[in-house]
Amino acid sequence: MTKTLTAGLDRLPGVDQVGLEARAAALSTRSIKTTSKQWAIDLAISMVDLTTLEGADTPGKVRALATKALRPDPTDPTCPSAAAVCVYPDMVPFVREVVGDRLHVASVATAFPSGRAPLDIKLADVAAAVAAGADEVDMVIDRGAFLAGDLATVHEQIVAVKQACGSAHLKVILETGELQTYDNVRRASWLAMDAGADFIKTSTGKVQPAATLPVTLLMLEAVRDYRIATGRQVGVKPAGGIRTSKDAIKYLVVVNEVAGEDWLDPDWFRFGASSLLNDLLLQRQKMLTGRYSGPDYVTLD
Amino acid sequence: MSERLDVRKTYKLFIGGAFPRSESGRTYEVADAKGRFAANASKASRKDGRDAVTAARKAFGGWSKRTPYNRGQILYRVAEVLEGRRDQLVAEVRAAEGVSEKRAGAIVDAAVDTWVWYAGWADKLSQVTGNANQVNGPFFNLTAPEPTGVVVIAAPQDSSLLGLVEVLAPVLLSGNTAVVVSSLARPLPAITLSEILSTSDVPGGVVNVLTGDIAEIGPWLAGHLDVNALDLTGVDDADVARELEVEAAVNLKRVLRPGTPTAQSLARITPFLEHKTVWHPIGV
Repeated sequence: MTKTLTAGLDRLPGVDQVGLEARAAALSTRSIKTTSKQWAIDLAISMVDLTTLEGADTPGKVRALATKALRPDPTDPTCPSAAAVCVYPDMVPFVREVVGDRLHVASVATAFPSGRAPLDIKLADVAAAVAAGADEVDMVIDRGAFLAGDLATVHEQIVAVKQACGSAHLKVILETGELQTYDNVRRASWLAMDAGADFIKTSTGKVQPAATLPVTLLMLEAVRDYRIATGRQVGVKPAGGIRTSKDAIKYLVVVNEVAGEDWLDPDWFRFGASSLLNDLLLQRQKMLTGRYSGPDYVTLD
Repeated sequence: MSERLDVRKTYKLFIGGAFPRSESGRTYEVADAKGRFAANASKASRKDGRDAVTAARKAFGGWSKRTPYNRGQILYRVAEVLEGRRDQLVAEVRAAEGVSEKRAGAIVDAAVDTWVWYAGWADKLSQVTGNANQVNGPFFNLTAPEPTGVVVIAAPQDSSLLGLVEVLAPVLLSGNTAVVVSSLARPLPAITLSEILSTSDVPGGVVNVLTGDIAEIGPWLAGHLDVNALDLTGVDDADVARELEVEAAVNLKRVLRPGTPTAQSLARITPFLEHKTVWHPIGV
């Protein structure tokens, strides 16, 4: 990492915490109804990275999840597919087997979720995921190094992982729940983008709080400003804790108002979620049939 | 000394063990039997109905998996608290239904007795409706009653307390959870009953009480795919009842039709049961 970047990160303006949270709260009161809501629900479904990251994942469960990502609502052919399936590296082949090249396959790597492993092991983890067929890699940053002020290490690791990814997209997980302050989130976002991230992602989903609306708003400001400064567009992925359609629509409003329409696309904005998809499907069925639907009419994950 | 100001109450709904205002923000004035102002009540909307069904579904797992004996004990506890608030209930029944104090006292006593009667059924139901079937083979073949799920109840419009207890208690004892739409004109005893339920040991969400108009929110609840059964006892208007039955047919809900007798009876319990038969080899 160059000295100019360190200086640049130090010169990033501090975050107005009260203003940020107030803006997120204000944007989340927007009322999205009828055809707009229908459009937003379909868009949100197409942005879901359907995720299972459990120690108890089996090939069968992963195959079922991949099938669900392809056809979220088997009773309705007009329902869009999810964007990707997100699993641990050893489960990638089972997903590929089901989805072929119709969906993206994302794999977490680099000693997810803690990131506490030597760099060569992290890189081997990434290489294994890519070799198994993942075309998106979700890495975690070394929060310990970041919080200790060792930004150079964090930067170098992201660069090395990006190299190991080859043509696969790199999503960098900041784990904002462990970064303590909004200023750190802003700094980490710029650091990751400078090191070559294709996406910046809020959380692993293993730490509370996971994605929140203010943090996502802040990261959307960062990608917007980064594109103005460098001309390169970076995506954003909030993950963890987004469970209802209402929440998802709030995020879409924030995307539109903060980053702009260019980001309202599965290539530039994703939801890392598992239970969210079912709620989106229930809402979709309600909009189409006019009747409230129930959990008996969607699959259990 | 100046005269004391009236405390004019605005009651709320009872959803998931909490007392929220209506999502719509609407309230309506409740009059007593003589037409004088009694209180304000929240007027439930379809979204309150949706929230109530979600709460009832969430509570169903825990409530239905308790032992029948434990459910019986909890329901008996409700009867105890009902008895403890007898004076308040007598005054409310008097005001709402315009009956004498003696008659109101008899109504409240009957409500408590009905509650106790149904509480007693909780751990006796499977002996009566279940069976050990004789089959041609080396198997135990057992039929046992199970609760059907979330039940939407239209409470009787005139009998504001006793009528409500007569339709609610038989649904709860077998492990169902309930969404009750109370009497529109006389909701106050139903609100007091919710307060009683929330301070006895009934888990939140097992009973949800909506004050409002069944003609307005009924179709949404009857068409709701996560509702398993519908009790139309309190629907007086034949057109509304017909509409609700048509909606209920969408996912083949169990329907108890208007005019079903409300007197305490096993016939009020069994419509909300499903009977499961299991086979088990003898000697294993």
